[in-house]
Amino acid sequence: MSANASLVRRARWRWPEALVWVIAFGLLFLPPGKHLLLNEIAILALFALSLDLILGYAGIISLGHAAFFGLGAYAAGLMCKHVTPDPLAGLVVATLLAAMMGLLTSLLVLRGSDLTRLMVTLGVALVLHEIANALSRWTGGADGLQGMVVGPLLGRFDFDLYGRTAYAYSLTALFILFLAARRIVHSLFGLSLMAIRRNRLRAAALGVPVNRRLVAVYALSAAYAGAAGALLAQTTAYVSLEVLEFGRSADVLLALIIGGAGWLYGGLAGAVIFKVLQDTLSAGAPQFWMFWMGLFLVVLALVGRDRLFRLVRR
Amino acid sequence: MSAVLETLGLGKRFGGIVATDNVSFRLERGARHALIGPNGAGKTTFVNLLTGVLPPSSGRVLLAGEDITRLKPEARVRRGLVRTFQINQLFADLTPLETLSIAVDERLGQGADWRRRVGAHADVPREVAAVAERFGLSDVLDARTDTLPYGKQRLLEIAVAFACAPQVLLLDEPAAGVPESERRGILEAIAALPSEVAVLLIEHDMDLVFHFATRISVLVDGALFAEGDPATIAADPKVRAVYLGEGGHG
Repeated sequence: MSANASLVRRARWRWPEALVWVIAFGLLFLPPGKHLLLNEIAILALFALSLDLILGYAGIISLGHAAFFGLGAYAAGLMCKHVTPDPLAGLVVATLLAAMMGLLTSLLVLRGSDLTRLMVTLGVALVLHEIANALSRWTGGADGLQGMVVGPLLGRFDFDLYGRTAYAYSLTALFILFLAARRIVHSLFGLSLMAIRRNRLRAAALGVPVNRRLVAVYALSAAYAGAAGALLAQTTAYVSLEVLEFGRSADVLLALIIGGAGWLYGGLAGAVIFKVLQDTLSAGAPQFWMFWMGLFLVVLALVGRDRLFRLVRR
Repeated sequence: MSAVLETLGLGKRFGGIVATDNVSFRLERGARHALIGPNGAGKTTFVNLLTGVLPPSSGRVLLAGEDITRLKPEARVRRGLVRTFQINQLFADLTPLETLSIAVDERLGQGADWRRRVGAHADVPREVAAVAERFGLSDVLDARTDTLPYGKQRLLEIAVAFACAPQVLLLDEPAAGVPESERRGILEAIAALPSEVAVLLIEHDMDLVFHFATRISVLVDGALFAEGDPATIAADPKVRAVYLGEGGHG
């Protein structure tokens, strides 16, 4: 049926997509040296993907997405120290906890304008940051959570110094969660989100239960952010307060905006550009790399404005 | 005759301003009813109270005898109280097929399904195709909505509301801004709406009102000013004084 065929058109796989993943997995076989950076890229990509789910697909802007990232990181860290060293168990628990936190705080972002949401999300992240700081008995406070001994992945692959296992782990998690996100945004649920982002009032007039859909996608996004945080904690065997800092929320927003929100690959592309720029620029003058980043952003905003909310068409 | 939509002493105040003043209004099953009134008479506020966009300050709204005063807009839509918008509120970069699918998905309770892909249900495209056919949109289903001629966009606006399976359809100035050449298609589509759907037409255009409605209510300063069949309303000197005279439509 032709109507059917054109409805699925947005969801169809295209060959450049497959190529992206073949290359990403191919990089596993590079000689040691760049895998730590690649691991960071995969984690930032997952984090940016999580932000894309709410910003690009539901129109919820957040300046405090690190709240969920940090929660996931601490959850994974504490799981490892006190419950089990198995990374997968930690990843699952961290993801679920972050989802619950997303569910709770989603009620705060349902109402109000973009400005209110910026303030509320920023505030939630600040609160969590100070809680983590105050609970130093558990979190190590400003010294960070130390003494994590992460067990081998699947009981077989040890996390090596060069980061190859780490990259394989993060990339696989990213790939699986990406496939799930891709399925979700192209589902009936995803279609109703597209309506909500474009015009809430209109979506409600079509019978779309706007608040319920926003709560669901916010919790999903929080879960993804929590997973990213857990990956960072486990692959670096360390959690510092920095996982909850404002800078982390800002970085992920930058990465997503560089890559373009609303088409899933924006977060991935943005993470690659952001990290590679950071790596190259800070190799020359570590303290000044943000200068070049800022300049790049200004140029991007002035030259490529229309890309900010670009959608893949046809 | 039984009322499908009824308001009892419905009122809305914004600070000291009374936008809707104690309106008790009945819309009969299958009615062809028009709501008219000069600019600023409170028609938009009244529609927002009916659809649940605004909460009333006083009074109740009943749909098929059930109190819906506290229900959210989307819950009212699912019960069959559906509106169109005066100014296009369509999703510019989605296609009519996608827009209609959203309405049909929600009606069939599948809008929360995150596992199955869009288009995986055969019944949705079938229903969408039937609605598109009725409103003459079959040939433009795959075009971006903002590339359609304005008349087609207005038809889509009505088609989308129709796809929600309304008992009551509120048409807010359906032909506003449509060029004369495309007007006919819209009037025909409205005339061809199934007789079991009650239609409340909110309109400025007197030709359309008297052509379509079998009953007319006049809203002035937020209150129901007069109500009756078209001949009575047209002959009412008070109505002519406050409204018909001003508009100059005759």
